[in-house]
Amino acid sequence: MALAKITSVTGRGVYVPGNDIDTDRIIPARFMKCVTFDGLGEFLFHDVRHTPEGAPTGHPIDQPAHKGASILLSGANFGCGSSREHAPQAIHKAGFRAVIAENFAEIFFGNSTTLGIPCVNAAREDIARVAAAIERDPSLEITVDVAALEVRFGADSIKITQRESARDALVNGRWDAIGDLIDGLPAVHATAARLPYLATA
Amino acid sequence: MSAQPRSLFEKVWAAHAVRTLANGQTQLLIGTHLIHEVTSPQAFGMLRDLGLQVAFPHRTFATVDHIVPTNELVEPYRDPLAQAMMDELRKNCAQFGVTFFDRASGKQGIVHIVGPEQGITQPGTTIACGDSHTSTHGAFGAIAFGIGTSQVRDVLATQTMALGALKVRRIEVNGKLRPGVYAKDVILHIIRQLGVNGGTGFAYEYAGSTFDAFSMEERMTVCNMSIEGGARVGYVNPDETTFAYLKGRPYSPTGDAWDAAVARWRSFASDPGCRYDDVVRIDAADIAPSVTWGINPGQGIAITENIPSPETAATDDDRAGIIEALAYMKLPAGQPIKGTKINVAFLGSCTNGRLSDFQEVAKYIQGRKVAPGVRAIAVPGSQIVALQCEKLGLDKILAEAGFEWRAAGCSMCLAMNPDKLIGDELCASSSNRNFKGRQGSVTGRTVLMSPVMVAAAAVTGVVADAREVFAVN
Repeated sequence: MALAKITSVTGRGVYVPGNDIDTDRIIPARFMKCVTFDGLGEFLFHDVRHTPEGAPTGHPIDQPAHKGASILLSGANFGCGSSREHAPQAIHKAGFRAVIAENFAEIFFGNSTTLGIPCVNAAREDIARVAAAIERDPSLEITVDVAALEVRFGADSIKITQRESARDALVNGRWDAIGDLIDGLPAVHATAARLPYLATA
Repeated sequence: MSAQPRSLFEKVWAAHAVRTLANGQTQLLIGTHLIHEVTSPQAFGMLRDLGLQVAFPHRTFATVDHIVPTNELVEPYRDPLAQAMMDELRKNCAQFGVTFFDRASGKQGIVHIVGPEQGITQPGTTIACGDSHTSTHGAFGAIAFGIGTSQVRDVLATQTMALGALKVRRIEVNGKLRPGVYAKDVILHIIRQLGVNGGTGFAYEYAGSTFDAFSMEERMTVCNMSIEGGARVGYVNPDETTFAYLKGRPYSPTGDAWDAAVARWRSFASDPGCRYDDVVRIDAADIAPSVTWGINPGQGIAITENIPSPETAATDDDRAGIIEALAYMKLPAGQPIKGTKINVAFLGSCTNGRLSDFQEVAKYIQGRKVAPGVRAIAVPGSQIVALQCEKLGLDKILAEAGFEWRAAGCSMCLAMNPDKLIGDELCASSSNRNFKGRQGSVTGRTVLMSPVMVAAAAVTGVVADAREVFAVN
């Protein structure tokens, strides 16, 4: 199955400030009692979007002006904690197609890349600049150019970085490795044969 | 053979590298795949959609831990969603030929406790599991990765995954821990010092005389929380302690194969003089009984310290972090953490739900009583741990003191089961995460600490210094 080449993502942005936003915050564990990922989108950031009594808190992603945004901006160490793929799945199913943050937790970054969601790093002051532009005009079109490693918004732009293996996988349409891994199966069996603990008997 | 001294990480990586992929990542063979009910059903669904089989079913092992009720043994469970996940795992294991340590097997438990106690977790191997605390298995000198569900699919279908190599940071702790200081305090100290994202891109190699003297269970406690410091992988080089633990376990080699395995395992230990990307040295005497005061595991202090104050924060980030954490935790800035009222005491989890944890607690709590108004639960990490404790009468000692003795599972560590905080209850917890809402109530509060500190909090009803409560010196 051919994968799309994800060279850039264009859409409106929403800024969710904060550092160390963990995967329990992105999708609380009680919503993982499921055997498919369907329907996770509505529970994205659930417990910060609602009071304990269930009333909306006015979270950025619920602001009418940000409805339909597809680019999420945040702070440092985004996605730390649990390895749950439910977190990037919820982000994707809520309509987001790229995340811009100062940096990302390791497992979250890998999980997102495998789903074709570019996670790109930007300097704090640059993220603040994009956030300020969104604040001024929520309908502003933002382009996360993964190939050129920059984010363009209005007449402005910022530099971004991304781990080269992820950038390569996204822009060349091989972000989901399953096909390549299957192609390598003969070599896998050869490697396995050299490891005593993999013997069947 | 290579003359260049190499770290364990490099050796294990080289032995399991299948080939280099087009994007520069390595197709890495995962020798052992552990699965559980929460992150595997979608992966099996993807296999079905793609018409794929499990490539090495004899190298995949399943158990059920996250959703399993610890106070309800008979199915169907009252929670139909929990029952559905249980049924799904059972069906998937049967269909794809995967060994399932079901509750009826007597070997069920938290996946990171089951692997080691069955002897499945071995030195010089690669392990993956759809759970971030997979780093626990590194205690045996394995390279163990927490992975997402798509990678669970990859490992099921090919026994491999695509990964980039990690850098290696050696964390050397030397000396004897002071009385009342435990492995849990060592890892809380390390995370506080290096930060919750200090380990991003690194594997942590834990070494030094403190680790040499540690039991396997203590090593597991430290490796378990590597991910809380941002390190996806943490390990301890295998030694005689490792081999002694593995001897005679169900999946351990026997006879001549045992001797060959030990020789092989030994060869994976980091070579003297190998290169590290970073080295951190810590004096064991500097480590105190520790507790968290905030909403991530790096927000910790010694029990004798005061809760941080925004005014004294070193950076703007720290200040914002302290303000956010104290607002959530409802704790007073600049005041002692000692004396903070608790509502719940939780003993258990993949961090501290092993025999030695309950033994240590039982030693001190015998003859004492849980303070009035405190809800206290003790949850063995596996059915085998439960049995070991029961044989020694530890369950009785804990029950006598006022702890409810439960069946094995993840329980209140993440509250995907009936064990949950209510409202803004504050829990003295031997688990690994104090994130907002982690223990099942959106306003629930978690203070992480060692099991003995949980016991001290339970009997006094407040966050306490176990050394004072139990006259440890």
